[in-house]
Amino acid sequence: MTSRPTHASVADLVRLDRVTCRYGAEPVLVNVDVSVAPGAFVGVVGPSGSGKTTLLRAVLGTVTPIAGRVERRPGSTVGYVPQIETVDWNFPVTVGQCVLMARRRSRILPWASAEEKRDVAEVLEALGIAELQDRHIRELSGGQQQRVFLARALIGRPDLLVLDEPTSGVDVRTRHEVLHLLRDLNHEGIGILLTTHDLNGIAAHLPEIVCLNREVIAAGAPRDVLSPEVLERTYGARMEVLEHGGMPVVVDEWKAPATGTEGRVVSMKRARR
Amino acid sequence: MTLAEFLRPFDFEFFRNGLIVATLAGALCGLVGTFVVLRGMSYIGHGLSHAIFGGFAASALLGVNLFLGAGLWGFASALMIGSVTRRRAIGSDAAIGVITTASFAIGLALLKVFGSAGKNPDSYLFGNVLGVDRQQVGLVLLVTIVAGLVVFFAYRPLLFATFDPDVADVSGVPTARIDALLMLLLAATILTTMNVLGVMLVAATLVIPPVVARMLTNSFSRMLLMSTAIGAASGFIGMVASYHLDIPSGPMIVLVGTAAFAAVFAATGVKGLRNTRGLDAA
Repeated sequence: MTSRPTHASVADLVRLDRVTCRYGAEPVLVNVDVSVAPGAFVGVVGPSGSGKTTLLRAVLGTVTPIAGRVERRPGSTVGYVPQIETVDWNFPVTVGQCVLMARRRSRILPWASAEEKRDVAEVLEALGIAELQDRHIRELSGGQQQRVFLARALIGRPDLLVLDEPTSGVDVRTRHEVLHLLRDLNHEGIGILLTTHDLNGIAAHLPEIVCLNREVIAAGAPRDVLSPEVLERTYGARMEVLEHGGMPVVVDEWKAPATGTEGRVVSMKRARR
Repeated sequence: MTLAEFLRPFDFEFFRNGLIVATLAGALCGLVGTFVVLRGMSYIGHGLSHAIFGGFAASALLGVNLFLGAGLWGFASALMIGSVTRRRAIGSDAAIGVITTASFAIGLALLKVFGSAGKNPDSYLFGNVLGVDRQQVGLVLLVTIVAGLVVFFAYRPLLFATFDPDVADVSGVPTARIDALLMLLLAATILTTMNVLGVMLVAATLVIPPVVARMLTNSFSRMLLMSTAIGAASGFIGMVASYHLDIPSGPMIVLVGTAAFAAVFAATGVKGLRNTRGLDAA
């Protein structure tokens, strides 16, 4: 069962107010407060099963909280980009057909009008994949696939873009491409809320993060939020936070196996510097 | 065989009726089957035809209109399967297996205990295309036209809800209603074609034409058209072949579809097969 978020008169694009969700008896989110202001760029990090996707579903209105409220700014529109791993890439659609699906229908006929074709071409052009319009979606690289689904979300001209693990399953170069693309879209005024496992990627690119493990552990700028204590509470494992070029860099803490020379790789690297 | 001998069955009205209804049934199954196959629910055609048999037995017992009773039974079964699957309580294959075989068993038990009230259960199990009258031809024609109109006017929401139901839902597509509409179409398709192909074979006509079409194209719209055409051709050729080879029409129609699959596989090879990956992922 799903319910749409209420449209209260809020300044934020979306606001979760003490939201609790559960699947069966198990709570997935507990008293979560998260808000996304117009033009904000927020990343949600946390381990698998921490409730990241449920949080997005609550924002999208496809999961009903058992307590708390989800409020969305009246008249605001949301574009959603699912995890690319969940997409059936063998489905018989071309890039153009895929993007057209999400455009509000201007007529009931199955084929696209000239206006609809122009809108599809424009959004593909804006994302630099105009030449891929007639390609089958299976014939794309990871970065191109992500762009196609961004294009599908953008054709509805959203105020808020919601992305589930946009950097998952792609190589380092594609991850940079995607995050830079999102930053550019954000600079154009689109609010962005995404989930990711990629701590360092978002520490470098996003101005605001939320550390989630069923409840919000910490929220704010990466420099303020990313500390060993917060990361241990979020992930249940010790991590170290270094600084590189003014940005926090998170590394796993590692202990040598029982040789009597127990030490930390991070410390060794530090020592070499 | 001379041309006159080849055309001789066309002189008989029962054959002409059978030919029309088999062609329409093939086209209808090919059209609706495209959505069934792309949703990874190929097994539902098999299951639902069995479930509807339970409805047939119950309708015969209660003396209610066969199409209405069996149709409502089938639609309820389809919605139940869809609901259980959607809530991810159990997998769709398991849901279909439990709900539809139970329904089929109920049908067999009812027929054994109470009889079939003058109806012939064999015609629903194995098909009786040569026994169809004009009223039944009209019914299959009506369902085919309605299915064609629904697919034409709801093309984009059907496509979106089939490809990516989560995003379609978020984008304002009424996915629950679309799913129910598709289940209604499927139940009506199976109900009206059961008399032609029989419970045991109707599932094959829902699956084979779209799979063959998928091997041939990467375009959804072309797949829809091809699947409908392949289904219709299988029905037509199967009926003619069944007369001349003296093989029951239901199996012959399925065998023609299977021959088309083999021919396309021979022509497209691995590339064609690669296109069909994921069609069974429920």
